[in-house]
Parts: sequence; C-alpha cells; structure tokens
Amino acid sequence: MTGWPSTGSLIGQQTRYQVLTFVRSPVGMFFTLGLPIVMLVLFNALFGGGTVDTPAGPWSIQQFYTGGLAAFTAVSATYTNLVNVVPIRRDDGILKRWRSTPVPPSVYLAGWVLGALSIAVLGVILQLVLGLFAYDLSIEVAKIPAMIITFVVGVSSFAALGLAVAGLVPSADAAPAVANATILPLAFVSDVFIPLDNPPRWLEVIGDVFPLKPFVNAFQNTLNPFVDAPGLSGGKLAVVAAWGVGGALVATRTFGWEPATRGARAGGHRRRRGRSRGQAESVQASA
Amino acid sequence: MAAIVVDDLRKTYGTLAAVDGVSFEVADGEVYGLLGHNGAGKSTTVEILEGHRPATSGRASVLGLDSASGGRELRDRIGIVLQSSSVEPQLTVREALHFYGSCYRNRRGIDEVIEMVDLGPKADTRIGTLSGGQRRRIDLALGIIGTPEVLFLDEPTTGFDPVARRQSWELIRRLCAGGTTVLLTTHYLDEAEHLADRVGVLANGHLVAEGTPAELMAAAPETTIAFELPAGVEPGELAISGAAAIVGRRVTVRTETPTAVLGALTAAALDRGVELVNLSVSRASLEDVFIQLGNGESEDSDS
Repeated sequence: MTGWPSTGSLIGQQTRYQVLTFVRSPVGMFFTLGLPIVMLVLFNALFGGGTVDTPAGPWSIQQFYTGGLAAFTAVSATYTNLVNVVPIRRDDGILKRWRSTPVPPSVYLAGWVLGALSIAVLGVILQLVLGLFAYDLSIEVAKIPAMIITFVVGVSSFAALGLAVAGLVPSADAAPAVANATILPLAFVSDVFIPLDNPPRWLEVIGDVFPLKPFVNAFQNTLNPFVDAPGLSGGKLAVVAAWGVGGALVATRTFGWEPATRGARAGGHRRRRGRSRGQAESVQASA
Repeated sequence: MAAIVVDDLRKTYGTLAAVDGVSFEVADGEVYGLLGHNGAGKSTTVEILEGHRPATSGRASVLGLDSASGGRELRDRIGIVLQSSSVEPQLTVREALHFYGSCYRNRRGIDEVIEMVDLGPKADTRIGTLSGGQRRRIDLALGIIGTPEVLFLDEPTTGFDPVARRQSWELIRRLCAGGTTVLLTTHYLDEAEHLADRVGVLANGHLVAEGTPAELMAAAPETTIAFELPAGVEPGELAISGAAAIVGRRVTVRTETPTAVLGALTAAALDRGVELVNLSVSRASLEDVFIQLGNGESEDSDS
C-alpha cells in the first residue's frame, strides 16, 4: 500500500476542485465577478465626475468606487459565495459524500476557503485593472504590501464568516435570503455604493461595528493618494480580524456535513444551484 | 477474520430505538444483504458502520477498526455508495473520479473504473447532463475508486426500472467478483436473492432472521401453483388439494407436495379436455419469508 497523498497536494486538489466548480457555474460567475464590474462602469458613468471629501483633500470618486467595489468583490467571492453554495452542496448530499472519503475535514474546509480566496484574487485584479486603465486609479508600489495584507485579512475573515453563517442556514432555499439580508444593507452604509457624507450617527456606528466598512475603508486607503505609505489601517483590520476569528469559532460549532432535515435531502439530483443563485443575486442586482 | 462485526448494537433517538440490539458478522469476501422495510433500521446500522453517526451502545467494527474512531484509515479502506447523494453537476465523470480519487492511498485507474461501470462514452460529459441511471453508476464508480476492501451499498437500485435494476445487478456482481466484502441494504427481496451470499432480515430494529437465501426460503417450504380457471369449470371439478385461493378466475394453490397436487390437477384437466391457461409453478421466494417475518411491522419512513 502506498502512503497518504501529501497535505499540500490534497489542499491543491481541493482548491482546484472548488475553483473549477465555481467557474462552471455561469450565474455565480456573473454575480460574483461580472456584476461588480457592471456596477463600477455604471457608477462611474453616472457619478464619475465628482470627488469625495477626505480630511486631506478632495478624493476622486472614481478611485473611491474602484477601491470599494474591489473590496466588495472580495466579500462576494468569499462570504456571499460560501453562504450560498455550502448549504446547496450540504442539502444535495455532496458534503456527506466528501465526509465518506479519507480527506481530512480540515483539508476539505481549507479547499473551500482557498477556492473562495482564489476567486476573490481574480475579481480584485479585474477591478484594479479596469480602474487603472479607465478610472484614473494609481497604485503606489510602497502601498502594495499593505494592500495584500488588507486583502488577506479581509478574505480570510469573510470566508470564515461565510462558513459560520452557512452552518446556521437551515436549508439551501433559505441561503440566498440570508446572504443578501446580511450583506446588502450593510453595503449601503459601508462606503461601497455611495460615499456617506455626514450620515446619521447610528448608521455610522453600524458601519463601524460590522466588518464590511472597516475592510472596505482599509482597502480604499491603500489606493487613496492622500494616505501615505505604508497605508496599513491596523485598527480597522483588527475589527475585521476579530469578526473573522469569531466566525471561525462559530463555524467549528455550526458546520454540518448532512442536511438539517431529511426532507432537504430529497433534493438529490435536482439542479438547484442556478435557481438559488439567480434568486439570491437578482436581489443584489437591484441594489 | 470477519470483515464486519456488529455486536449488540443500539441506536436510540429519544425514546425510539432505531436499532435495538443487533448482532451479525460478515466474513471476508462475503456479500451480506441487510433486508428490511423502510424504518427497520438498515440505514442506521450501515451509517454507524460507515462512521457517519455514533452508536448509543454496542460494538460496530470494520476491518478490525472501530467505526466511530476509525477515521481516515477506515474511510480509506472502505467504499460507500450513499443513498440519494448527488455528485457535482459541473464536473465531468473523469474529473469527479479524479478529485474524489485523489484522497485515497490506493486509487484505481480512472479509465479502468469508467470501463467497469460502462460510462466510457460519457467519460468527458458533465454529470449534470447525465440520466439518473448513469448518475447512479457514477455513485458506484466513486464507491470503488479507492480500491475498497469493504463496500457499503445503501439501496443501490431504489427507484430503478426493472431493466436498469438487472443491469445494475450485473455490474455489482462484477464488482464483487474481485473478492470485495460487500454490505448491501435493500428492501427488494429479489435483489438480496440475486446478490447476497447471506441475508439478515431486520424488523423494528431487531435482526429477526439470518441465513443464506436458500436457508431462509427453506423456512417457507411451500410451492405455489397458479393457473386460470377454464370457462365453465368449477374449482371443485379439478381435484385441487392444499390451500387454494381464487381471485376472479385466477387460482393459486400453496402446497408442500407440489408433485402430487400438480399430478391430480393436470389429470383432472386432461379428463375434461380443458387447457389450464397461464399455468405456473414457483418456489417460495424470499418475499414470502419476508412477508411472514415482517408481518405487522411498522411502515414508518426509513431512518
């Protein structure tokens, strides 16, 4: 008998598997990678001439949008994606099938996280490239390390939160509603779609307490010419990381390999993913 | 050494005992059929053996490894064909076998497995576009990709049409020919009869009978003779002895002395110059045994 495959190669296979199933799901692809680009183009076409007031001076709104939507893409690829897809695979019995193989659970979960992270990398690069060519974005070499650190802390934390919430979602049918109800309202108070200029205090507090705005702002700072290098926003990242650690702890308790109810498993071979994602994200599309 | 040992196994959910003191062993290389109605405890027993759920008490071990703690070593050496689990529709057959196979120590060749389950022409087709029967063959393929020493087949042909079931039996028999130990659950008696070396009958969480299909059938020694009553002939005119049941024109006789009954019956028919349409003689099937043993048992949904 030969030895076990190395953990590294197992994680590589699992990541490749997650990315492959993702890119072959047109609806998920569109809403995770395509829609933020549509938003970037639309927002700039509609409001692109303006500026955002910052303490240091008037900041180009094109750069504001590129940074904000790039961060939002990273959140869609991790949090929204996992909350939607994990319950579908759980209800279809796919998680149980993997649990029947000798793949260690930690490796399997690492595949989910790294797969989501890979998609986030792709999405963020698409946004930044479009920003560089079309929207006056400039990337300072001295702030690239801060950008990478911010990205890694953000996507890890939002992936952990995604797994935690996916474990709490009772069924795949409920997943899209949960994903959208948690992330969309927050996006409006988190400097993604609109720059908040003197918002009501309570909205500001909500934005600061939840992890989306700290992540979005931290990422925007690495692209904001008024923020000097290195450009790392330690306090904001601490908030994001705290949510991530909390998410990981909750996920270890809530993550389940089998459908919560037997009825859900009757879904067997139904091809539900397209419909669920479609429902899920058409709400997002209306944002 | 027995490949599977189940000893006084119990699993309770609240006050309900889904498995209530079941004991049996499956020898190396044996195909063992666990037979029972829905809710009899088959799936629960198998899921405990697979390590998918803990037992309340008793012992369940596979290949000398305790099912609850066997972990990665155990999952590497067994194959599981689950009831109603899908495979990622976005993957092709070959890709699914590659990814699932990549975590085993002793992986079979992908082409070899595809050949075994007759999916050669569909090897590079997305699973989402395949028919139900083809997907069930992928289930089988995924069950054997890791060269299992013990294969669990949980209701492998439920929902199949008769032709697909026969094809599936052929396939399973081919897979078993390599000496793999198989634990099969089914509520189809003919399936157990065709595939299993030995059968255990579960009812309400208890093992109520066990033996080879022939032994179990010997417990129901009657032979069934059936025919259509010819027009204008009364049942009494045909010298029928034994227990006869008449439904419409269809007469069914159950007897332990089929030669004598048949002799008298055909002599009487020849005497009157009538033909016995659709005359058939059949051995008791496991079905008869099963119905006797399972009579009055619950028909709750499966667990």
